[in-house]
Amino acid sequence: MKRQQLQRAAVTAASSVLAVFVALLISAVILLITGKDPVKAFTTLFGAAGDTRVIQGSLNRATPLMISAAAVAIGFKMNLFNIGVEGQMRVALLATAVVGAAVNLPAPLHIALCLVVAMASGAVWSGIAGWLKVKRGVNEVISTIMLNFIALSLVAWAFDDFFRVESPNESVLVKTKELPKSAWFPDLVDRRLNGMLLVAIAVLILFWVIVWKTRFGFRLRASGGNPGAARVTGVHPQRMILISMLLSGALAGLVGMRALLGDVHAYQNNLAEQQGFNGIAVALLGRNHPLGIFFSAILFGFLGEASGKLQLEDIPKEIATIMSGIIVLAVVIINEAVKRWDDRRIQRKAAAELEKVSA
Amino acid sequence: MTAVTAVAAPERSGWKGLSPARRTMIIWLGGMFVLSIVRIIADADDLTSSGTIASTLRVATPILLAGMAGLWAERAGIVNIGIEGMMIVGSWCGGYGAWKWGSWAGIAMALVAGSLVGLLHALATVRFNVDHVVSGIAINTLAAGATEYLSIIFFKGQKGGGESQSPTGKGGYGEFDMPFLSGGRIGSWRSPDILGWFERQHDLPLVPDVAGFVRGLTSDIYLPTVVAIAIIPLTVWVLWRTRFGLRLRSSGESPQAGESLGVPINRLRYQAMAVSGSLAAFGGAYLSCVFTSTYRQGQTGGQGFIGLATTIFGNWQPWGVFRGSILFGFPTALKFRDEKNVPALFLVATIALALVAVLMLVRRRNVWAVSCLAAAVCTVIAYNIIDEVPSEFVAATPYIVTVIVLAGARQQLRPPAHAGLPYRPGDSH
Repeated sequence: MKRQQLQRAAVTAASSVLAVFVALLISAVILLITGKDPVKAFTTLFGAAGDTRVIQGSLNRATPLMISAAAVAIGFKMNLFNIGVEGQMRVALLATAVVGAAVNLPAPLHIALCLVVAMASGAVWSGIAGWLKVKRGVNEVISTIMLNFIALSLVAWAFDDFFRVESPNESVLVKTKELPKSAWFPDLVDRRLNGMLLVAIAVLILFWVIVWKTRFGFRLRASGGNPGAARVTGVHPQRMILISMLLSGALAGLVGMRALLGDVHAYQNNLAEQQGFNGIAVALLGRNHPLGIFFSAILFGFLGEASGKLQLEDIPKEIATIMSGIIVLAVVIINEAVKRWDDRRIQRKAAAELEKVSA
Repeated sequence: MTAVTAVAAPERSGWKGLSPARRTMIIWLGGMFVLSIVRIIADADDLTSSGTIASTLRVATPILLAGMAGLWAERAGIVNIGIEGMMIVGSWCGGYGAWKWGSWAGIAMALVAGSLVGLLHALATVRFNVDHVVSGIAINTLAAGATEYLSIIFFKGQKGGGESQSPTGKGGYGEFDMPFLSGGRIGSWRSPDILGWFERQHDLPLVPDVAGFVRGLTSDIYLPTVVAIAIIPLTVWVLWRTRFGLRLRSSGESPQAGESLGVPINRLRYQAMAVSGSLAAFGGAYLSCVFTSTYRQGQTGGQGFIGLATTIFGNWQPWGVFRGSILFGFPTALKFRDEKNVPALFLVATIALALVAVLMLVRRRNVWAVSCLAAAVCTVIAYNIIDEVPSEFVAATPYIVTVIVLAGARQQLRPPAHAGLPYRPGDSH
């Protein structure tokens, strides 16, 4: 039994690694077609891995990705596709920036309050999608897409009309009132790597414990894997949908906190943009497993950080975005192909053993 | 059948007894009437001016095309979240082609590139059975990254171009006014602008509105708009009147049933996705070489998703998609003309809600009637206290309306039964 599990895990990991290689290969072809030298591009890109500052920057970029991937993965475990992480994150960002700036508390408490507010407001926004799904039968993919745009408009309007303050030092960027120092999340490495990384890792560990080690997690996986069977054993599917949607939204609320509490300390337009969407790619590459998410978040963070170096070689850094798109497609296609191959392999093995018994 | 519907039956049979064309006429005239009343009460002449109508048509065309892209894909059983990405590819190709050779070349290039992206989505979802939503998201990421990359390579350093913008296109699509109706030219002779005269009679009810509406449709016509609108009846004919269309829809409703009758489901899905991709890309190219004359990064601005919303709002029917795109395009067009006109929409909403409330009362659906009335009271209050609607709300309207429609009118919606579900030929045997 144990050996089979190990084999499965190895096959899964190998297929993800293969997908990354295929993506690199296709990117190389694109570079070649557009007249750029792929060897130089890749040596520049991966040569950057030796640089401590790049490593720190990658981990810093990986922090929100780990959390948003966990938010997406908790939905996936239950066959729910939460595309709304971006919108939930945005609502939480503004809510936390406003509440955090309005109160004064000692440091650890203030940060804790901010995190709680972020989780609560993210959960409220995802709860709308959950409610629509449970009570009105609205597909969560469509409703979360729509809610993303509604959140974008709502937050932009609230920010513009109520919460923006003209900056005292004549900076061009308009922001909300700055958070007091007690709400700043401390850096691990000054200005390079924020302590939210530890929170992200804690989220991943908690995710593993909840999904694989608790009764709730078992029910979650059961309803995702076989809704009919789960229902027969007394799992309330509607309640599971609502709870996992709320959990997912709560995590989504935390996604922007590295940027808000650890970097800018106030809300501004474009803060943490795209970090909710990028979590989907990370969750897919990481196969919804905490360990996989951890490594793929670091990979995506590294691609984002190191791609800046390409500019020096006159290669557009957007090749990194193309690469992440191809990685997503490659990973899902290869997963499917490998799954079919693995199914056939197991079937053949079982058939051979059956023949041995009957012979 | 319950007693409630039986009571309401006489009215409905009267309404149902009318031919579809007549029903459409009544609905449009009714709408014009409501707009006319609001125009007079709110003193908002631009509400039904030919300029607003013409600009609505222009704003609505890309949305319409994106919605038709969604319709073609979902009717064949494939959920297309990648419409936005296909539009981005189309807008880039439109900008490139218009800069090199002219607008029509840009549109042609967009159609080819769009169908290729559509085929990529089909390859992933049909051949490799990838989750439709995942593949769509990947295509959106890929399209955004690829166009940014290509812009740097092709547009940066060119005259008028840049990292995120193409040089100005050559133009070259036709633009004309209809003779006699809207003062168009025949040869060098300028015909009288009859509708224009009617439109200026602002004191009359209904007359200037209908004149403005028709004049809006017949003046400053861009040929690509005509092509886009012609796609609606063409789609109706292909999907509902031909064997190909019947088979394609069977692929969206029940591929197993189609398969058992020898329908080549997978091939149909590839074809449908090629059409879907090129429609979406046409929408993108419309933005970059008809609506404006340059490609700009982020030009599509989520219109692919509004298109997806229109597919749902239009109940997966071509004319429904058209209605949806007009409805979603109208507030934006009105805002382009003059911000001050937007609050008048609250009054339109009030009257519409009041009418629905009466209808619900007749059908004895009291809860709905009361909530519609409450909403009508809210909008009338909003009209009286709000002077300027924040543009963010105008932008969010299509999404909010879609969520409400999905939540409230789900019984009326009928999506293709098999859209988005995994399917492999031969699995059902």
